Amino acid sequence: MKYLHLLWRNLLRRKARTTFTFLSIVVAFFLFGLLMAIRNGFEGGVEIAGQNRLLTMHRMSIIQMLPERYLAQIQGTPGVRLATHLTWFGGIYQDPKNVFAQMAVEPDAMLRLYPEFILPADQRQRWLLTRTGAIAGRKLAARFGWRIGDRIPIQPTFWRVRDGKPDTFEFELVGIYRGATPDVDETQFFFRHDYLMERVGKPGLVGWYGVQVEDPARADEVARAIDRQFANSPAETKTATEKALIQSFANQVGDTGTMLTAISAIVFFVILLIAANTMAQAVRERTNELGVLKSLGFTDRGVMGLVLGEALLLSGTAGLTGLALVLLAVPVLAKLVEAFLPVFYVPARALVLGTGLAALLGLASGGVPAWVAQRLPIVEALRRR
Amino acid sequence: MTAAVVEVRDVHKVYRRGAERVDVLKGIDLDVPAGEFLALMGPSGSGKTTLLNLIGGLDTPTSGRVIVAGRDLTHASSRELARWRAEHVGFVFQSYNLLPVLTAARNVELPLLLTRLSHAERRRHVEAALALVGLADRANHYPAQLSGGQEQRVGIARAIVTDPTLLLCDEPTGDLDRETAGEILDLLGELNARYGKTIVMVTHDPLAAARAGRVLHVDKGVLVAARAA
Repeated sequence: MKYLHLLWRNLLRRKARTTFTFLSIVVAFFLFGLLMAIRNGFEGGVEIAGQNRLLTMHRMSIIQMLPERYLAQIQGTPGVRLATHLTWFGGIYQDPKNVFAQMAVEPDAMLRLYPEFILPADQRQRWLLTRTGAIAGRKLAARFGWRIGDRIPIQPTFWRVRDGKPDTFEFELVGIYRGATPDVDETQFFFRHDYLMERVGKPGLVGWYGVQVEDPARADEVARAIDRQFANSPAETKTATEKALIQSFANQVGDTGTMLTAISAIVFFVILLIAANTMAQAVRERTNELGVLKSLGFTDRGVMGLVLGEALLLSGTAGLTGLALVLLAVPVLAKLVEAFLPVFYVPARALVLGTGLAALLGLASGGVPAWVAQRLPIVEALRRR
Repeated sequence: MTAAVVEVRDVHKVYRRGAERVDVLKGIDLDVPAGEFLALMGPSGSGKTTLLNLIGGLDTPTSGRVIVAGRDLTHASSRELARWRAEHVGFVFQSYNLLPVLTAARNVELPLLLTRLSHAERRRHVEAALALVGLADRANHYPAQLSGGQEQRVGIARAIVTDPTLLLCDEPTGDLDRETAGEILDLLGELNARYGKTIVMVTHDPLAAARAGRVLHVDKGVLVAARAA
């Protein structure tokens, strides 16, 4: 600590140069944090996907519907503990720009299958008793200012209403769920499947099935058993673990993880060049002073430590500032992007990785200049001006 | 007889510039007793600064022996020399060589950072050293806010703050006007006379050399003449 003043004063020697380098590093770490939040948003679903959950969908595509009667057969498959169905609604709330997921479900089974959606007991009970009842995630409710008891009209887009009433579905908000972890999507809207079927004339169709297996180690075996039952039928199924399917959806967008890692790597490489140039210039300009320090009794390693310390101080303070700024900015940005990235936050592991990268940047940018400073012969250094 | 703080025995120093061999020092023998104020005079390139550097452990001889404060510096490692310098030698440079980003007090504190002294102890030592050179009221000034004479006083305070065995001064008045040079030489004289500091000073200036107790002339790498004051 007693050298901190010396390191700090040396950094401030060329204020403009240090400021620009500092800002470059701040921006790099801000971008890094942002990219990690985006990556987490894309992959968050994969991370939280239950290891013991399967997803059974139409063999052709998830947008093709399956018969509701499959539920009993799936439920009866050996190794299956629980099964339920979910159906995409795809309606419009007030404005087509208000995009959010709406799904018709069996309330009790859905909440048992997805325990990461936390709903207070009284709200759960009310949902079970209210045919037009719906629940919304905490972020979604906050986005539209919904409160429990509100009537929420949603216009269907592809479902044809056959009960002679106006097309609009009017739901009563009976519950607001929160996620058990920050990765859980809190922007979804669930309502009762029986209400949907009642209004569309009971076609007996569902979107896909969620299945809980008794033993995660036998998940693949159970998936094959489910699909075998519907082979050669008009609606063949494809069953896989939730994790594998969500990963394959994420991959359809592109290998986001690799893309974002590549962008981060390029940004850091450029910043490394900038920071290394700053440190190299700083050492070149101070050759005489390094000689003076050595003449006073600073060892070669001591001088090397001072140069490395300076680089670490610069990259450390700038890197942590960038990470702190992104932590402040992400909650604001999350509101802007929640329709597309419902889970948007900087994960703790990204902060740890960022801190490590800041240290690595310091060592890498200061390494060569520090080595040069260490090897500097005193007499030669003192001669330089 | 007072024991020699500096013993230089048949010291040679050779530099190579490409294929060219430059014999800077050619068999120097020198004893500097404790408490002496010695001036080394000679033309540019005579080897006097090289001799000072060898005595101060900034460089090592090609052959011969340099023993200072009882320590043979000839074969010491770079690390050992650094530690030895921190304890035994204070340097005063022609161009003061203060760090421009540090205040006078922080410049004087630099050698103390290598000790185990606490912050408060370091501050007390710095205050005492600055008071000794008459700059107690300039402690928080940066080098750019000081005159040349004041900068050199700070340089001297930095050299004595660890109470070293030996003060090595390389043209300490070379960048100063006559009057200020006189003040600096008065200060060095006082450090020698009152505090018993052993001083070896390299200078071109005969008036500066006249303040020393003994003057030695170096020419073309050998000691050619001596005058006792």
